[in-house]
Amino acid sequence: MSGEALLSIRDLHVCLPAHGDRGFAVEGLTVEVRRDEILCLVGESGSGKTLTGRAVMGLLPGPHVRAVAGEVQFGDEDLLQVSQQRLREIRGNEISMVFQEPMTALNPLMTIGAQIDELVEVHTELSAALRAKRAIEILNDVHLPDAERMLGAYPHELSGGQRQRAMIAMALILEPKLIIADEPTTALDVTTQAQILWLIKELQGTHHTGVLYITHDFGVVAEIAHRVAVMQMGKLVEVGTAEQILNAPTHPYTRALVAAVPSLAPRARRPIQSTQCVLEIRDLNKTFGSGGGLFSGKARTVHAVNNLSLRLCRGETLGVVGESGSGKSTVARLISRIINADSGSIMLGDVDISTLSRRELRPHRKRIQMVFQDPYGSLNPRYKVGRLIAEGMIVHGATSAAAYARADELLELVGLDASVARRFPHEFSGGQRQRIGVARALALDPDILVADEPVSALDVSVQAQVLDLLATIRERLNLSMLFITHDLRVAAQICDNIAVMHRGEVVEFGETATLFANPVHAYTQSLLAAVPGRDWVAPVFSD
Amino acid sequence: MNVYEFWHRYRRNRSAVIGLAILVCVLLMAIVAQIIFPGSPFALVGKPMTPPSLQFLLGTDTLGRDVLAGILHGSRTSLVIGLIATLVSVSVGTVVGGLAGYYGGRIDDALMRLTEFFQTIPNFLFAIVLVAIMTPSIESIVIAIAVVTWPAVARLVRGEFMALRNREFIQACTCIGMSDLRILVLHILPNCLAPIIVIGSLMVATAILVESGLSFLGLGDPNVMSWGYLVGAGRTVLRTAWWVCTFPGIAILLTVLGINLVGEGLNDALNPRLREP
Repeated sequence: MSGEALLSIRDLHVCLPAHGDRGFAVEGLTVEVRRDEILCLVGESGSGKTLTGRAVMGLLPGPHVRAVAGEVQFGDEDLLQVSQQRLREIRGNEISMVFQEPMTALNPLMTIGAQIDELVEVHTELSAALRAKRAIEILNDVHLPDAERMLGAYPHELSGGQRQRAMIAMALILEPKLIIADEPTTALDVTTQAQILWLIKELQGTHHTGVLYITHDFGVVAEIAHRVAVMQMGKLVEVGTAEQILNAPTHPYTRALVAAVPSLAPRARRPIQSTQCVLEIRDLNKTFGSGGGLFSGKARTVHAVNNLSLRLCRGETLGVVGESGSGKSTVARLISRIINADSGSIMLGDVDISTLSRRELRPHRKRIQMVFQDPYGSLNPRYKVGRLIAEGMIVHGATSAAAYARADELLELVGLDASVARRFPHEFSGGQRQRIGVARALALDPDILVADEPVSALDVSVQAQVLDLLATIRERLNLSMLFITHDLRVAAQICDNIAVMHRGEVVEFGETATLFANPVHAYTQSLLAAVPGRDWVAPVFSD
Repeated sequence: MNVYEFWHRYRRNRSAVIGLAILVCVLLMAIVAQIIFPGSPFALVGKPMTPPSLQFLLGTDTLGRDVLAGILHGSRTSLVIGLIATLVSVSVGTVVGGLAGYYGGRIDDALMRLTEFFQTIPNFLFAIVLVAIMTPSIESIVIAIAVVTWPAVARLVRGEFMALRNREFIQACTCIGMSDLRILVLHILPNCLAPIIVIGSLMVATAILVESGLSFLGLGDPNVMSWGYLVGAGRTVLRTAWWVCTFPGIAILLTVLGINLVGEGLNDALNPRLREP
């Protein structure tokens, strides 16, 4: 493992545009990637990890963001000093990059084969026949099935995982010495992510490349890293072997980060409050159609939710887990009647809300409230926070003064100062906005909180705080909660029971601890097996 | 975004500031018209086809009417018709587009087919037909311009409403139990005012052009002086008395240019996607 340094970054400074909240995105970073190792660069959003990767590739979004000091030594050259011409030769040939979103990183108008071929043609003197042979070899290497057919396929014809495999194939085809992977699995489902991580590990082993792997996810780190560098606010706080950083971090920030990673071991079961059923869904169906107009031929339909039945008791938190496309978010939207079901019933107490008209539904609305995923998109940017929270109460007949007073109380309940009511949403961080979103949901005194991926868009330390908040509030207000998530670690921490969804159906249902210990359905088993870093148990710190 | 911040952003686009200056000039012309040239601009004040001189700065037309007086009085017509027609058209377009975009489905289909029906008829010809049927007057011209221009607004607003309808903050409003009207007016509309203001400002220019065209063809209000009428009146004597249609033509050109520049400046200042970091 202790190969010589392949890439050494010394005292790198990347500046930010003037008037920002800080002067440098990366400040005094010194780190090296060695031959034949995977170095994970870990940090929360805004830590400068992505810009570090871009700085190495000369891809900083200038002119305001640029490397102003330091050096990036690769071989015997400083990549910050070499000519554009030389940099182009190095890119793709000696250093290649894998991006987060494979759909946008591939050209949608070119076949995979043409894109791979172009890369080889630009950088080598190989003949067309040899290039084609090489392309098929590399696609076999990344385990893309039916390589010949894949060469003729366009990016949109491939699944997300296949696209990322194609990207990795392109990154590898010229046998680069170094690969920079910027969150290559963040946009992927957990089972696909597991395959891609395994692939990167395997290929790194056979090709002996150095990999700079940029991620925010400690599970991923535990899965693949040889060494780890932790960044905070543009500065390196700690670097060491994966073993050291994951199990015995010394810097307080690293310790806080590691401690915030939700454990995969389910929490002890809470005493059951009640068996009284507050929400019962029976045989719910929802189909989405596209096309089917006058001239567009036959309609395509997708069964988003297929004969779904669920039961939620008072005070219970029911987790709905599944990958993208499993229909879990559709369930949330059906229950809060943002969209209407095709058939089936949603019994709220003894009222079937699925058949009520919008007007009849209005008095029942406040019993089910929703917390949304995107902390930036779920608050109307035009209004102040106080009004956003108070408006629901006013709509339901409260006086303006009473509603605003209650909004202040709610803000304090979710851990914010009442004075924030007079500010606009854009003045807050993601975690604070999510707290505001929770306050808004609580404003109508709901019985049921539907939380659709409420912590997925948040950094891990903020994620832990918001989860704690939700846990405290459900106890205090005796709320029932439907918690939708793709993240089994999060589900383990907050859910009493879990329903696993796959292609619109619940494939397994059970108590969290039982389900994690003895998954019965094959799909549940594969989901659990795919959780990155499942063998790593975060250490518990006494401080 | 407060007024000061907006002005700061607007000011960065120099041509937009020039456009605004032109518009202010036109506005001043409209205000001082009655003061400098009291009485009717149709009054015969001098010898026909007097070239520009100290007595008649921009000359007189074929009947001896002062061209400068015509231009100043005409600016009122142009501005009034431009503003009112745009107001009507933007209102209709916003309501139709907003309902179509928010409700989707059959309502959308019906409203959009209606919109397309209007769009299939060439704008200017349609306006001519409408004015001819309704007999030329300020009202009929405003109606004709509004009728031919609202579909563009409807399509734009529909797209904006459709995109906003699926945003989480609108879904949150639905969850709270707000009425559709409240969501539409208080939550969606304020978030797409910027593009509506921009397209509205550009439509003022279109309206002025259409009005000039109609007046040129003799379909203007016969009792009201307008730039198009002046151009139309002078076109037969273009080679012998060039000033009669040249100066009103320049007035139209500059005003439309000014409005377009302002529209573009508003677009840059209001559109967050185009803002520099």
